[in-house]
Amino acid sequence: MSGNGRKLKFHIFRFDPQQPGDKPRMQTYEVEEAPGMTIFIALNDIRAKHDTSLQFDFVCRAGICGSCGMVINGRPTLACRTLTSKFPNGEISLLPLPAFELIGDLSVNTGKFMRIMTERIEGWIHANGEKVNLDSLEERMDPDRADEIYELDRCVECGCCVSACATKRMRDEFLSAVGFMKIARFEMDPRDKRTDREYYNILGNDQGVFGCMTLLGCEDTCPKDLPHQNRIAYLRRKMLGAARKVAASAPARIGSP
Amino acid sequence: MKVVYTDSLVIGGGLAGLRVAINTKKRGLDTIVLSLIPAKRSHSSAAQGGMQASLAACVKSVGDNEDVHFSDTIKGSDWGADQDVVRMFVHTAPKAIRELSHWGVPWSRVRKGNREVIINGQKVTITERDEAHGLITARDFGGTKSWRTCYTSDGTGHTMLYAVDNKAIEMGIPVHERKEAISLIHDGKTCYGAVVRDLVTGELIAYLAKATTIATGGYGRIYAITTNAVISEGIGTAIALETGVVRFGNPEAVQFHPTAIVPVGILTTEGCRGDGGLLKDVDGYRFMPDYEPEKKELASRDVVSRRMTEHMRKGKGVKSRYGDHLWLDITLLGKHHIEKNLREVKEICQYFLGIDPVKDYIPVRPTQHYSMGGIRTKYTGESSTLRGLFSAGEAACWDMHGFNRLGGNSVAETIVAGMIVGHYAADYCRDHSVDFNTSLVEKTIAREQKKIDEILERPQGENVFQLREAMQATMMENVGIFRQGDALQKAVNDLKALLKRSKNIAIKTKVRHANPELVEAIRVPKMIKVALCVAQAALLRTESRGAHAREDCPARNDKEWLKRTLAYWKNEDDGMPTIEYENLDIMKMEMPPGSRGYGKDNTIHHPDTERRLKQVEEIKKSKPKADRFELQKALMDFPMPEEYRGKNERIGVGCQ
Repeated sequence: MSGNGRKLKFHIFRFDPQQPGDKPRMQTYEVEEAPGMTIFIALNDIRAKHDTSLQFDFVCRAGICGSCGMVINGRPTLACRTLTSKFPNGEISLLPLPAFELIGDLSVNTGKFMRIMTERIEGWIHANGEKVNLDSLEERMDPDRADEIYELDRCVECGCCVSACATKRMRDEFLSAVGFMKIARFEMDPRDKRTDREYYNILGNDQGVFGCMTLLGCEDTCPKDLPHQNRIAYLRRKMLGAARKVAASAPARIGSP
Repeated sequence: MKVVYTDSLVIGGGLAGLRVAINTKKRGLDTIVLSLIPAKRSHSSAAQGGMQASLAACVKSVGDNEDVHFSDTIKGSDWGADQDVVRMFVHTAPKAIRELSHWGVPWSRVRKGNREVIINGQKVTITERDEAHGLITARDFGGTKSWRTCYTSDGTGHTMLYAVDNKAIEMGIPVHERKEAISLIHDGKTCYGAVVRDLVTGELIAYLAKATTIATGGYGRIYAITTNAVISEGIGTAIALETGVVRFGNPEAVQFHPTAIVPVGILTTEGCRGDGGLLKDVDGYRFMPDYEPEKKELASRDVVSRRMTEHMRKGKGVKSRYGDHLWLDITLLGKHHIEKNLREVKEICQYFLGIDPVKDYIPVRPTQHYSMGGIRTKYTGESSTLRGLFSAGEAACWDMHGFNRLGGNSVAETIVAGMIVGHYAADYCRDHSVDFNTSLVEKTIAREQKKIDEILERPQGENVFQLREAMQATMMENVGIFRQGDALQKAVNDLKALLKRSKNIAIKTKVRHANPELVEAIRVPKMIKVALCVAQAALLRTESRGAHAREDCPARNDKEWLKRTLAYWKNEDDGMPTIEYENLDIMKMEMPPGSRGYGKDNTIHHPDTERRLKQVEEIKKSKPKADRFELQKALMDFPMPEEYRGKNERIGVGCQ
């Protein structure tokens, strides 16, 4: 933990869309660095001492809840676990995550986006209406499979992958990596009874996995190091297979390559 | 005036709130959840280590069942818990976990055959049974007789919250995000909903409902350093308190978790010690066996936190610029185990401390963690004094934790209480029709609007950030792990003065819509009231029980203090809460008070204890052929919704 009392310069995006006449601008604040200081601590310090109108979102401040995604010196990441000591020249610029509705300053509406995404992909276990008896032994699962599902279930819906996605910036309706990772998670879960055909209906177009330009900003910025590249490639192959089957059953509609 | 009508209004979108909402929605009731934030960001997601339920699948939990879980929980509570509620809880927990499995939680599973584990600092090989392969496994946690804590790595709360929120989305339950309930609408007898402020537009909206459930979590943020999320400010508790009739049960029962990192107070899970991690001092010496030879690092949380503090007071802490701390050593668990089962811990160490727990010790110190106290309810989850108001999870004093909660029992409570309280809240909606008195609604909104106007219009006054800091400082200094009468009195005096000052807050940012300073100005006076209840209740309780440790009154005193504190705010202008007590009836207890088995037992017993113990023995003798269920029923029959009454199956023993 370093901290030499140096002065940090925060250049922060300011805009209140509800304030008539307000225009987006950058504002600079000076903060004295403290040992172990994170962007979370610094922003609260700025709000309490310099500018009480500054909007930002934190909840867990421990890198767990995904609330505090923002663009820090050009890179979308979680602010709460970013130490100020990481920036040798003490200049830190903060912008709200692009691709989400702006609430004000650094606060964006990821919640609305994620709810719509979950509804769109039906991001829940489709058990085909089986009624479970809660008194009986649970259905068994291969221990490795459980661990693999957990790997993908670690997504915190912070939105960094969405903000870092060039395809999403070109196509507003693009599902984005967060949606792909969710599908990949349910697809490998034996409790979800959906078929490839059903996943194809969600993913199998340009707004889905075929629209991805494979620039992999998602892989580069994911704070949880989820295997985006690997899973997107997997889903593409899988969906290509599904597409062939669909084509075989209804050639006139899909056409052949 | 904007009004939203519903049947079941749930304030709080964490595990407890969502699970209540699912149960009322399932019964065909219109249901709305209010949340400060997107539901998946709730503090439930920070629960790392696991959820207790006696599934008894892993070999180290063979023989575990509801009875053992019951006994551990009662002992853990230092006999402060409501035993009926604990029975309901331990019986429902296995069903809760199985339902969550069905909804998608990737619980870690039993793998048949040999595996190496660390127990008491030694490598030990255990052999999992073939027949248990693929069932939900469990890890060891503090204060339990059996391995019982089910988990997904150390992201248990996260996977649970995602599964439950996804279920709520599947059911089409609306979550109104960035909405804050700032006052309940009530007439002193019945609750009709809440006045809600939209945190984006600033608009005040009346949400009217037959049943209103508060599931807003704990009040850790009244302390300067806490493991709690920044939203755990006790506002739900406070708006209940401000009704003047709702009782705040056991406010003084505040838990300090042994292992939060220094200085920021972020939690490292009890799973670290459950999986074999050790606590060490400045000399690298493992000190816990000297204090607690039997349970060592895995004594109950309150005990470990006190022993750590004692040890630091002996000069054995590690000096740092943030004060003394101790070491948590998980290096002996090995890289593979840490990267698989303690991943969040590894990330937290890496990002916040710049260390690798595979090689380095983790600097830790006991830190405020959990609020056992909360809105006092009946076993149905309904307030004991305001009809139509329910509460569940950490916000409630249901009361299954008494004076100390066991690790793994909190996320378990959120789901179980969600199921049970959701069931009773749905019954309430079915059985009651409500007349909404629009003039009452208008009056309540106008009162809240006026308070906001006054804050915005006041040209000069108190700085809200400074008030908050002063409140947090006095709570840290005077209402901590070890407590003393004079320090508690000082906290009460400080807080009384702060409450007065909080009536004169002026803010710089004058806008009515999204305005973080206005949010603070609305919350801080409420938080000070909650803090005052904590400090005053702690001052008055002249005994030590569970997490409430009075150095000037070190004995647990059942004779005078086997009772639950009930704080309430009688008149709006009162400068102090009114405190009453509710006796715990030993003659109805299945498990009469005894020793928890830590240190020297200096309990001052209640005369009923001996009588009840005799009675219990007689009942047991009179039924030599009874199985454990019949015997339990004879000792203490407990209420239970029919849908959750079935016996729980376990591998190898069936439903026995």
